[in-house]
Amino acid sequence: MGTIFHLDIVSAEESIYSGPAEFIVAPAVMGEVGIYPQHTPMLTRIKSGVVRVKAPLQDDEEIYVSGGMLEVQPDVVTILADTAVRGQDLDEAKALEAKRKAEEIMKNKTSDIEYARAQAELIEATAQLAAIRKLRKRRH
Amino acid sequence: MASSREIRNKIKSIKNTQKITRAMEMVAASKMRKAQDRMKKARPYGEKIRNVAAHMSKASVEYRHPFLIDRNSVKRVGIIVVTSDKGLCGGLNTNVLRRALNEIRVWGAEGEQIEVCCIGNKGLGFMSRLGVRVISQVTGLGDAPNMEKLIGAVKVVLDAYTDDHFDRVYIFYNRFVNTMKQIPVMEQLLPLTDEHMRDDGNEAKPARAPWDYIYEPEAKPVIDDIMIRYIEALVYQAVAENMASEQSARMVAMKAASDNAGNLIDELTLIYNKSRQAAITKELSEIVGGAAAV
Repeated sequence: MGTIFHLDIVSAEESIYSGPAEFIVAPAVMGEVGIYPQHTPMLTRIKSGVVRVKAPLQDDEEIYVSGGMLEVQPDVVTILADTAVRGQDLDEAKALEAKRKAEEIMKNKTSDIEYARAQAELIEATAQLAAIRKLRKRRH
Repeated sequence: MASSREIRNKIKSIKNTQKITRAMEMVAASKMRKAQDRMKKARPYGEKIRNVAAHMSKASVEYRHPFLIDRNSVKRVGIIVVTSDKGLCGGLNTNVLRRALNEIRVWGAEGEQIEVCCIGNKGLGFMSRLGVRVISQVTGLGDAPNMEKLIGAVKVVLDAYTDDHFDRVYIFYNRFVNTMKQIPVMEQLLPLTDEHMRDDGNEAKPARAPWDYIYEPEAKPVIDDIMIRYIEALVYQAVAENMASEQSARMVAMKAASDNAGNLIDELTLIYNKSRQAAITKELSEIVGGAAAV
């Protein structure tokens, strides 16, 4: 213990890397960070960029991540990679879009309901007419 | 008895229907495998982010996120209903919507207001027919759950919670048990329960003196980000499970439909043969009768 730590790189869609590592370099928002085992606990956002992983007895591996979060514990390092391109304004725009769509549907639905009601009334009226016609025929 | 021509037409039309249901069954079977795959692949992320959230709750942070604080009085409830976009998948959507409806009735009786975020077309149609206020919606997700599309709708709900508009948030979806079984479930999303904040215990955690993370750049934005991503991951997982459920329910439903069509064809063929035989017998007896008269 002490010369390696466990590294997980996961995104919502898949697990990208899981295994031991001796050293990694990640693009944190405040600048690149290099992490060796027994690092003090740390939480930070990372920018989109390349994470360099040095696994024991292997060459450096470079993994691209499109931003996310980095959690460091003395023996475990986790990178939660984003699958979507994120940004405060971007998220806001998406939220507004989802809201707008819902409102639109609520508005349209009332007309739909009215349409359905009108249709039901029409069917009832035609049925009544048909019944009256039948009655008349019987009388003659 | 119906004429043999009518029966023959009926058999033909049922055979065509059977061809369609069989094709749909096979399509659903292949999509199901992919959907299950995606559901499994989504799990590690959910587990890891839960671990991080659990560590965070153990750390002595001066900032407590609103998602973690339980509110005593519940006046407004937000629900996220996950359904499929398309029908023809047996009772899948009906089950989850009935579950939601039951809860809505209970909350309504307690005087709580309900607003809903719909993921999937079927739930959207149901909720707007029901007259529940829909605050956000996503439809047309396709075959793969897409984080990009979910973010907006989820953010509307999270913002409403942060602004004290909602006091509780629940999610309804179909949990995938196996191909034959999917159960509609309700889970509390917000505030996060203790169960949400437990790590899986695989990682040996030294019981140290009070500790805290180094946050870069600051505690609040980092914790906010993690919490939002956590909820999104939970919703994403629910959508992935619902999609796997949808495909397997559709496969089972279409298999049942094909089988039923097969039975119907067998029965109709029997009736068709009988009526054909009856016609021949009748003709023969007429000829014999005619010959005897001469």
